[in-house]
Amino acid sequence: MNNILIYGYGNPGRRDDGLGIAFADEIGKWAEEFMPGYITIETNYQLNIEDAELISHYDTVIFADASLETMDSFALTPIKPSPDTVEFTMHAVAPGYVIHLCHDLFQKAPKAYLLHMKGYEWDMAESLTEQAEENLNLALKHMKKVLLNNEIEVFVGKSNIFDTTNH
Amino acid sequence: MSKKITIEPVTRVEGHGKVTILMDDQAQVKETRLHIVEFRGFERFVQGRPYWEAPVLVQRLCGICPVSHHIAAAKALDVIVGAGNGDGLTAVGEKMRRLMHYGQFFQSHVLHFFHLSSPDFLFGIDGDPALRNIIGVAQHHKDLAVQGVMMRKFGQEVIKVTAGKKIHGTGAIPGGINKNLSIEERDSLLVGTELLNADKMVDWSLAALEFFKNYHTNNKTQLDNFAAFPSNHLSLVRKDGALDIYHGVLRAVDAEGKRILDDVDYHEYYNYIEEEVRNWSYMKFPYLKHLGKEKGWYRVGPLARLNTCDFIPTPLAQKEFEEYKSYTHGKPNNMSLHYHWARLIEILHSAEVIRDLLNDPDLQNEDLIVKGEKQLEGVGVIEAPRGTLFHHYKINEQDLITMANLIVSTTNNNEPMNLAVNKTAHAFMDGQAQISEPMMNAVEVAIRAYDPCLSCATHAIGQMPLEVNLIGPDGQMIDQKMKNG
Repeated sequence: MNNILIYGYGNPGRRDDGLGIAFADEIGKWAEEFMPGYITIETNYQLNIEDAELISHYDTVIFADASLETMDSFALTPIKPSPDTVEFTMHAVAPGYVIHLCHDLFQKAPKAYLLHMKGYEWDMAESLTEQAEENLNLALKHMKKVLLNNEIEVFVGKSNIFDTTNH
Repeated sequence: MSKKITIEPVTRVEGHGKVTILMDDQAQVKETRLHIVEFRGFERFVQGRPYWEAPVLVQRLCGICPVSHHIAAAKALDVIVGAGNGDGLTAVGEKMRRLMHYGQFFQSHVLHFFHLSSPDFLFGIDGDPALRNIIGVAQHHKDLAVQGVMMRKFGQEVIKVTAGKKIHGTGAIPGGINKNLSIEERDSLLVGTELLNADKMVDWSLAALEFFKNYHTNNKTQLDNFAAFPSNHLSLVRKDGALDIYHGVLRAVDAEGKRILDDVDYHEYYNYIEEEVRNWSYMKFPYLKHLGKEKGWYRVGPLARLNTCDFIPTPLAQKEFEEYKSYTHGKPNNMSLHYHWARLIEILHSAEVIRDLLNDPDLQNEDLIVKGEKQLEGVGVIEAPRGTLFHHYKINEQDLITMANLIVSTTNNNEPMNLAVNKTAHAFMDGQAQISEPMMNAVEVAIRAYDPCLSCATHAIGQMPLEVNLIGPDGQMIDQKMKNG
């Protein structure tokens, strides 16, 4: 088992935008009991350039974020380094951008994945919507199994971002 | 006959905005408007909530500068809990807040310079778009890019040890703070590692200033003339005239340096500042009441702060300030791209202040909170990285918030940003029939100088592609470009 960083990001004060943080918090509690010493948890409002240095210390990185994409509940996809996937503002950068920067600046290339969890509402409230909560629980259930069995690659191979109902 | 050019959103600005440029049938710029989609409703949202929740609640506003809102709200609530008017906290209370604030200031300015603006300086405003970004900097100026990353990380670590955590920090509470700085935390920043310590931050801040000054020496015409225009300038200054981003009095000067707001008490800001509503913009236009809408608008932020203050109370930054001021013969600097120069001097000042504070034994004191006679109203004002930030709350006898009014930094810069866009559009687009990448970027460079924060902090995957629309005189789309779509 290599060392794994799970990085949840988003604003938990903006309802379902808090999915990534909620996932990181929950999986962190679980990992302390079932996989102590293997998993590090990090959270923040957004990804940013300094995260390139952070991830350079890990073999595997799993980013967790809320998603507006069309899909049923959640998906885990590999992240390819990319200079082109900058989000609409450079103050918050995309995961692929962080990976690319990590490689360019620190000559490290951790295996990187993005856990997409579907969100629905983004107003000012700290609780997730019922649907988002269901997606979070589904993601937690599957990811615990995947992490315990060291099956990230296998899971990603099966993962279809637009249909996670068969997991 | 006119055609409308729409650039939406503005890339490399925090959040999103839309620029509309109306061209007449002679291909001359007729009118420009910067539309900013600002989240509204927060002031109503906090009504009915207990006042002590405000410093945490306000962080829902923005995930980019949550510390600024956190501290401004806490300062307002200091008044409400009877802890004085901004200068009544214990030594550890005020100094821990200052450390948090300067940490946020440092990392915010660093991000702006190294990763938003330096690509323009390294590769030119009209440079290859494929290179003119941080990836280009990483590939061609790796040392600079690494320094930017490590300086950002340092600022984030300062926030972490003072605010308690990165998300929804709780460090500042009404009347003080909820933790001091442990020796271990202090040493992690003061001694740190080879690439992450307080001395290194000062060294790199100086190096960044040298980089900018060298660029300026070779590109004076461009940097001095780009979107330059006279204006008033407003900021907090310390009572003795020093640059102070945490506390002070409100001072404004005109384009020639004449004092037009003479060190007034910010708790009465509403006696001096009014906000105008325009039917085409969601964002208000603040101005100094006694000068009126036409003449009373002002700039805020780094350029304004270095125009209003008399000196900088740290030695290295003061030396740079003197050189900076001598460039305009002591007069206010009205050049939009000199925001970058001023911002770099503030980075150096922040690094010096952080180092000084880390060496201050008061940060290990235990008397964290001050309380006094409860008040029903409080105003908190700070200098956020982008400029003056006002928080104003009223509560009832049940401790519930009944009124909140916020004037955020970017709102204060609304008129000057619009003017900067207008100047740039005339300079780059008059007589042009096509929109080129350099022309589009020039408009964005003008806005970026002000480092506006347009974000309401939701960022979920799949949101906000860059869309560029060219609309003809008959209202039809002539051209459309997408980025990240």
